Amino acid sequence: MNANGKPKLAMYWASACGGCEISTLNIGEHILTVDAVFDLAFFPCIADFKVKDVLGYPDGYIDLCLINGAIRNSENEEMVRLLRRKSKLLVAFGSCAYEGCIPALSNLTTRDATLRAAYLDNPSIDNPAGTLPQPHTAVPEGDLEIPFFYHTVKSLDQVVDVDYTIPGCPPEPHQIWAVLQVVVAALTQGGSLPPKGVLLGAGSVAVCEECALAKHEKAVARFYRPYQIRPEPGLCLLEQGLICMGPATLSGCGALCPQVGMGCRGCYGPLPGAEDQGMRMLTAIASILDVSGRPGDNELDLERKVEAAADTIVDPAGTFYRFSMAHSLLRRARTDGVEAAVPQPAVWS
Amino acid sequence: MSNLETAANPEKLRRVAIDPVSRVEGHGKVTLLLDDDNRVHQVRLHIVEFRGFEKFIQGRPYWEVPVMVQRLCGICPVSHHIAASKAMDMILGAEHLTPAAEKNRRLMHYGQIMQSHALHFFHLCSPDLLFGFSSEVARRNIVGVAAEYPDIARQGVLLRKYGQEVIRMTAGKRIHGTGAVPGGVNKALSREERDTLLADVYQMIAWSRDAVHLVKRLFEQNLEGYNAFGRFRAHQLSLVRADGAMDLYHGGLRARSMDGELLFDHFDYRHYWDKIFEDVKSWSYMKFPFLRSLGPEAGWYRVGPLTRVVNCDFIPTPFADKERRDFLAFDEGRAAGATLGFHWARMIEMLHAVECIKDLLQDEDIMGTELMVSGERAGRGVGVIEAPRGTLIHHYRVDENDLVTRANLIVSTTHNNQAMNEAVRQVAIQYLDGHEVTEGLLNHIEVAIRAFDPCLSCATHALGKMPLEVELVDAGGSRISALSRNADGEVAACA
Repeated sequence: MNANGKPKLAMYWASACGGCEISTLNIGEHILTVDAVFDLAFFPCIADFKVKDVLGYPDGYIDLCLINGAIRNSENEEMVRLLRRKSKLLVAFGSCAYEGCIPALSNLTTRDATLRAAYLDNPSIDNPAGTLPQPHTAVPEGDLEIPFFYHTVKSLDQVVDVDYTIPGCPPEPHQIWAVLQVVVAALTQGGSLPPKGVLLGAGSVAVCEECALAKHEKAVARFYRPYQIRPEPGLCLLEQGLICMGPATLSGCGALCPQVGMGCRGCYGPLPGAEDQGMRMLTAIASILDVSGRPGDNELDLERKVEAAADTIVDPAGTFYRFSMAHSLLRRARTDGVEAAVPQPAVWS
Repeated sequence: MSNLETAANPEKLRRVAIDPVSRVEGHGKVTLLLDDDNRVHQVRLHIVEFRGFEKFIQGRPYWEVPVMVQRLCGICPVSHHIAASKAMDMILGAEHLTPAAEKNRRLMHYGQIMQSHALHFFHLCSPDLLFGFSSEVARRNIVGVAAEYPDIARQGVLLRKYGQEVIRMTAGKRIHGTGAVPGGVNKALSREERDTLLADVYQMIAWSRDAVHLVKRLFEQNLEGYNAFGRFRAHQLSLVRADGAMDLYHGGLRARSMDGELLFDHFDYRHYWDKIFEDVKSWSYMKFPFLRSLGPEAGWYRVGPLTRVVNCDFIPTPFADKERRDFLAFDEGRAAGATLGFHWARMIEMLHAVECIKDLLQDEDIMGTELMVSGERAGRGVGVIEAPRGTLIHHYRVDENDLVTRANLIVSTTHNNQAMNEAVRQVAIQYLDGHEVTEGLLNHIEVAIRAFDPCLSCATHALGKMPLEVELVDAGGSRISALSRNADGEVAACA
C-alpha cells in the first residue's frame, strides 16, 4: 500500500489474446479515474512500465496483480514467477490463466507438428530449404535466444501459487468492476478479503439457471450439426439437439451466447465441485439421451442406440474441453515419450 | 542478414532494451546495440509469444472455427470472426448472403473498426501526440489525458463504447461474440436495438469529425517533425471495391509500388498465394510476407489505414471522402506519406465506419428475417477482409466429415513486419544516433511502432518471438555519416 492509502495494481498478459485487457477497459468511464482508486505499478497495455521497473520493486510491493494468459513458453513462466514474488495477491484472470482456454487445445497435438503446420505445410510458404526457427541462433554479437516453446499449455496455478481466480473468456466487465471494488474495500477499509482459492466474479450455479430460453424435460435422440437444423427461437438449444455447454458451465456471464442462438461455449469453466468440465458435460449428455429404453429391452440393442446417438457428436474432445483442456484430468494427448523434457526457466533475481 | 558481421568490434557494443514495448496490443521488445559514442549499430523488434492456431484448429468442425479463431485477438476478435465466416461461407457454398445477413455482418465489422480505432488513438497513442514524445512518463497514458484534456478522453471512451455496443447487439458479446456463422448470421438487429443505436449515431459522427480535425491540427502545429518522423517508402496492399472505392468488408486485392504504380488490381483473393508468399528464416518465428513478383528482398509492403486511404480511389461516404481529399492534398501530399499519417488516416476510417453504421441503421434490411443460405459444398475456403490493422487472410481446407484439415492465416500485423522495422530504423537514425539514450528518446521508437497499431497478439498466432532484423549498421560507411548529420537538433524539433 502506498502512503496515500491507495493499493498498487498490476495487470500483465502471459500467452493471451488481449481480450482480458479490453474487457477491463470496458468498465468504461471508470478507467479514466482508475488512479483515484489504485496506483498503477505495472500495466504495459495502457501505461509505460517496463520489466526493469518490476525488478526494482521489493518483494510483495504490488498489492493486487491480475495475470491473464496461459503459460506457453519459458518467458511466460519467468514473468509470472517474478510477479508472484512481487505481489501480495495474485489473481488468475480469465480462461487462459484459469484453465488454458481454446489455445490449450494445442495439448491435443505436439510441438513438432505445430511448427511444421506453420512453416512447412502452407500454400503461401516459400521455404524450399525446409528452414524451421531454432531456439538458438549464433550471430556475431552472440547467441540469439528465443523463449522455449513448451510442449504443453499450462494454467497459471500449475506454475505459481494463485490467490483468486476470475473465470470467463473474457470476464464480463461488470464482474471485473465488482471484484475490484470488493478487493479495494478490503485493502483500504480493513474489511476481510475473500478466502484464498475462491472463484470471484462468477455465479455459483450452471449457466442454464440464468438462461432465459424455455426449458422442458430433455430427451435427445441425436445431435445435429448447425446446418442440419434451424432451431426454434426462445427454446433451449440442447433440447433441440444442439450441443450447449450450459449444464456443465459456471454462471456469471448472463448466458449471453444462447440468447443469440449459439449454444454456450463453456468459457466460465466447470461448476464448483466438478473438477473436470468435460466429464461433467458427458454426464449431462448421458442423462438426456433418449434411446427409448424400456425395462426388459435387449441390453445390446440399447448400447447400439446409445453409441449411434453419441456418434452424432462431432469432435467430442474439442467440444467438451474447448476451454478447459489444460486444467482437465486429461491435460494433454499422450505423446509416448516423443516430447522431450522442458528446460528450467531462468530465475530473475 | 546481420550487418554486424562487418562491425569492427561487436563484442564492445552495449545493449539497450525496451522491454516490453508498452501501449501496444501484445508482447514485444526492442533491442538497440550502441557503441561507446552512442552510435546505433543495430535495432531489433522482437515479438515474444507463441500459440500455434494453424495446427490446433485442425480436427475441429468447420462451424466452430469462426468462434474459436477469435482467440487470436481480443482487440479485433470480430475481424477473425468475419474472415473465418467468409471462408466458411465458401465451404458451405454460400457466397451470396441474404441482404440481412451481409448487412448485419457489415454492421458488426464497422462497429469493430470504430472501437478498435478509437481504442488505439485515444487510449494508446493520444498521450504521445498531446503531451509530446519525451513528456513525463508517468503522465503518458489515458489517465493523464483525462486529467489534462477531459473532453478528448471522454469522447474517446464513449466512441469506443458505442462501437462495442454495436458489436454486442450484432454478435451477442462485446468480445468473442457468436453472431456470424457459416452461411450468414445468427441474429439480426431488433427494432429496439436499431432505435437505441440510431439515437446516438449523429453525436458519434460529430466526435469522429472532431478527431480527424484534432490530428490535422497536430500536424499543422509540428509540420516538419510530423512529416519527417520515421518516414520511409513502401509498396502498398489493400482490398478495394470493384469501382475502386474503399470497402473494408469485401473486394479485390490492389497493390501499388512505392512510386504509386499499380502492380495488380482487383485480384481475386481466393488465389492470394499467386501474389503473396511468405519467407521463413531460422532466426525468426515470424514469417516475412512479400509480393511474389518482386521477390523476398524487394517485395515487402505495408498494409493498414494509411495504405487503404491512399490506395483506394474514393471513400463512399461523404464526410470521410472530404477528409480523405483534404489529407491527400495537405502539405502537397507529404502527410499521406508520413508514418504519423497513419493516425490521420485511422481517424478518417473511423469517421467512414460511423457513417456506414448510420446508413445501415437506416436500412430496413438490418432487421430482416432471412439470415442463412447454403449451396454446393466445397472443400476449400478463403476469407479476406480489411481488419482495423490491414488485410487479413484466412484459408481453410475441410474434409468430408466437416473437420478442418489445413489452415493458413496471414494477419495484418505480419504484413507490416518489415515496414514497422523500417520505421523503427528511421527513427533510430533520426533521433537516437550519437545521443545519450534517455527514456524519452526510447519512447520515440515506441511512437513509431505504435503508429502501425501493431496487434502483436494476432501476429504471434503462429509461433513466437521474432528477432526481426532491422539492419542499422555501419557497414557501408556512408550511412553512418548520414546518421551523424541527421542526428543534431531533431530531438527538440519533435518533442
